[in-house]
Amino acid sequence: MHLAYPTVVAALLFSAGVYGVLARRNAILVLMSVELMLNAVNLNLVTFDIWYRDRLHGGQVLTLFTIVIAAAEIGLGLAIVLLVFRNRKMIDVDRLRTLAEDAADDEAAGGVARPRPAEPETETEAVDAR
Amino acid sequence: MIWLAALVVLPPFLAAFAGMLSGPSLTRLVRGLPGGGPGVIACVPVAVSLVLSAIVAFAVWRDPGERTGTLTLVDTGSVPIRVGLQVDGLSAVTGLMVCCVALAVQVYSVAYMKDDRRYSSYAAFISLFTSAMLLVVYAGDLLVLYVGWEVMGICSYFLIGHRWEERANSRAAVKAFLVTRLGDAGFLIGVIVLGVGAGTFEIGGVLRAVGGLPGGAVTAAALLLLAGVAGKSAQFPLHTWLPDAMAGPTPISALIHAATMVAAGVYVVARLYGVFLAAPAALAVLGLIAVISMVGAACAALAQDDLKRVLAYSTISQLAVMAAGLAVGAKSAAIFHLLTHGAFKALLFLAAGCVIAVAGSTMLAQYGGLRRGMPITFWSMTIGLAALAGVPPLSGWFSKDSIIEAAQHAALHGGESAVIPPAAPTSAGYAQCKFDSSLVCTPIHDDSTLGTLPPVHLEISYNAPAMDLPAGIAWLVYLGLLVTVALTAAYAMRTWLMMFFGEPRGSYEARDPSRLMSWTVAALAVPAAILGFFGLGASELRPHLGASLLSVLLVALGAGAAFLVWNRDPALDPARALGPVRPAFARAFFVDELYAVAIVRPVQALARYVVTFDRDRVDAAVVGTARAAGRLGGLLRVLQNGNLQTYLTGLLAGVVVIVAGVVIFL
Amino acid sequence: MSGQEIVFTLLGVVAVGAGILVVTTRRLVHAALWLVVSFGALAGGYLVLTAEFVAWVQVLIYVGAIVVLLLFGIMLTRAPIGESADLDSGNRWAALAVAAATAAVLVTVLVMGFGDRRMPLHAGGGSARELGAGVFRTWVLPFEVLSVLLLASLVGAIVLSRSDIGPRDSGTGPRKEDG
Repeated sequence: MHLAYPTVVAALLFSAGVYGVLARRNAILVLMSVELMLNAVNLNLVTFDIWYRDRLHGGQVLTLFTIVIAAAEIGLGLAIVLLVFRNRKMIDVDRLRTLAEDAADDEAAGGVARPRPAEPETETEAVDAR
Repeated sequence: MIWLAALVVLPPFLAAFAGMLSGPSLTRLVRGLPGGGPGVIACVPVAVSLVLSAIVAFAVWRDPGERTGTLTLVDTGSVPIRVGLQVDGLSAVTGLMVCCVALAVQVYSVAYMKDDRRYSSYAAFISLFTSAMLLVVYAGDLLVLYVGWEVMGICSYFLIGHRWEERANSRAAVKAFLVTRLGDAGFLIGVIVLGVGAGTFEIGGVLRAVGGLPGGAVTAAALLLLAGVAGKSAQFPLHTWLPDAMAGPTPISALIHAATMVAAGVYVVARLYGVFLAAPAALAVLGLIAVISMVGAACAALAQDDLKRVLAYSTISQLAVMAAGLAVGAKSAAIFHLLTHGAFKALLFLAAGCVIAVAGSTMLAQYGGLRRGMPITFWSMTIGLAALAGVPPLSGWFSKDSIIEAAQHAALHGGESAVIPPAAPTSAGYAQCKFDSSLVCTPIHDDSTLGTLPPVHLEISYNAPAMDLPAGIAWLVYLGLLVTVALTAAYAMRTWLMMFFGEPRGSYEARDPSRLMSWTVAALAVPAAILGFFGLGASELRPHLGASLLSVLLVALGAGAAFLVWNRDPALDPARALGPVRPAFARAFFVDELYAVAIVRPVQALARYVVTFDRDRVDAAVVGTARAAGRLGGLLRVLQNGNLQTYLTGLLAGVVVIVAGVVIFL
Repeated sequence: MSGQEIVFTLLGVVAVGAGILVVTTRRLVHAALWLVVSFGALAGGYLVLTAEFVAWVQVLIYVGAIVVLLLFGIMLTRAPIGESADLDSGNRWAALAVAAATAAVLVTVLVMGFGDRRMPLHAGGGSARELGAGVFRTWVLPFEVLSVLLLASLVGAIVLSRSDIGPRDSGTGPRKEDG
């Protein structure tokens, strides 16, 4: 068959995964989208393996490995998500903002960025108040 | 001989360093001697220098002629600097005078400054100053002279500001330094013009090359040198620092501001006289400056309330007399007056120091009737004031008379110089004369001169440019001299009467101060009295009938007028007769105020503007850059909102763009 | 178009469609279920491509384990069961743009690059026997490393989910709490 079919399917699946990672709010949905992306990659690997008629079956073996790694990753990922849920009672990705820089922080610290261990508390309390 | 001259310069220099480095510790070590260690370090080297300079002067007297010697040659890439000394009649005799006055001042200071806490540094600076002045006197090279010139300037600053705890003193020191520095800038440029034009900085070489330089260059150099002379010798318009410099201790005023540093300007003109003769415009300017300073300062001295300020204005006036002598071509007469002035002005200042030490004040109004209690001071000061006024047969009369005679000759003969040309071999007196410079050396003795150049050439360089003062200036100088003689007599008489006669106006006990001080003063009275007779060897330094009668008449006129006014009421100041012009005289015609308005205020406004500009533009630019960077950062910070999806979106968008670009364009 | 191509196209449409539904549906649980559909279609695709072993592993692990894990996660984080309006964050339009651009670029590149290539499909290329031989001979070292990786992730997951490390107000280990 034409090589185009599987590869295009993979590309479209990947793009759907990209959209999901960037647009979904719930962390578990983000993880699902990541799985979609990994599957697209797997499809590509298998396709090229078949096309090359690889004697060592590198593509398919790598696909197996990718599946295993995806499983490991999702196990750990969900553990982290559950931990976040335990602490903040929510897993909305766009509300997890401790990496942010505010101008108020900057002025208070005299223009020098410093680690802010106090912030999660305020966020937690803010969430609780909601 | 040159080594001897070098040895004259060296002891005070070493004493200065020893004093500065170890003065206080020496003071602790040697407490018994007068002044302790610093006093000994101060007086002994100057005494040694005095002896050596006397030997040098004697040798030059026996064997006139110029001798030069070079220590080293500094190769500057264009015009070499010859570090060397030059000994001839002019430098020998001036050096002797400097050493005498310096020794007198050092000995006097041991007593005058004995309670001062910084005596060691004071004595060290005086030693340094002395060595610098001797360097100027004996310099064989213009830049060596300039080095000494500048060191004198800085020593003057330190010494005027010796008691810098009072703001007025440090201000006066700064004023002196800045005003003389202004002149020194012109002086340096003049030196460089001369040196580069002549191809050498050596004084003899410059004088020889003057004939070959373009007239414009010589005139420019001479005028620039005059700037330095006006600054150092306190002539109009750079004279304003000298009256304020009286804030320094009185022995300093005697040394620096009467006898030596201020005389250095006149000395340099005499030294480089060949240059000035080749630039008649410069001599005319010098004459004009001299007349203004002469008459103006004499008027100002008449109205001063402070004894030291009277003497300061008197110094300005007498220096102007010397400058006038140089302007009309009477070089020997001018130097003669420099020497006699050194003697009697130092005497006057040191005697004034005695009076100030006893009375505790410098104001004339506090004195009166001092002759009864302070006889030594009285008689010494009488001799000094009489020499100042030009009373025969004291030294001042001789020297002033010779200058007036030269001015008269110049005025009556349309600007021609009165100095007798040296070509006549029959004037055997020249061979013996010790006040003449090398320019007046005769060719008869050329086998005995050890100088590097045969005198014949010097004659040519002296005679080639004709002495050519405009007749108007010559008349102005002559009349100015006459007026000054009268005014000098008037203020000298006023000072004498107010100090020593009448009823005592102060509440202190009038007695002669310590022996060291009063005997030094008395010792100085001797040359002030008899120095004039040493000039009888030279014909231009002898008194002439017409000029001497005229001057005696004017002295009597001025002194008599002052006495008459005083006699009406001995308790009051005779200057009240000046009436409405008295405030103008007292403020020296408001020149200081003029400078303050015309120069100081605009400069301060400019300084304020510069500060504002620096703060609001330059600093603001720097700070503004920082703020702009901060604002830019603030803009960028908007992207750092902590939202992971924003970061990833940006990341992936960038990757897609790059890939698309690669695919499309490559 | 050959039969394989038609079947693959259908399966591809299902997979992509289900994938799109995963990322756009408003119900959280339905997203997980659409994911199952997508994985299943993909497994079918692998079968068409003669990679049988991979297809079964896909079903076994992805559908069987991973989706179940995701469902557990959804349940433990008290996800809303019905429709919820706020499953898309504010970033969606930028995300759409980026995703569309990604799709465009990738599809273009792939079609331009491989559009006219053909691959012959022979049965048996992906059988369990062949893949097993490959894994335990040529690829045995990565295989062993992978098992260490799994061990590490197991240990990590256990450590992370210790219940004695709670939120700050329960008074222990603030170090583990980060976004």
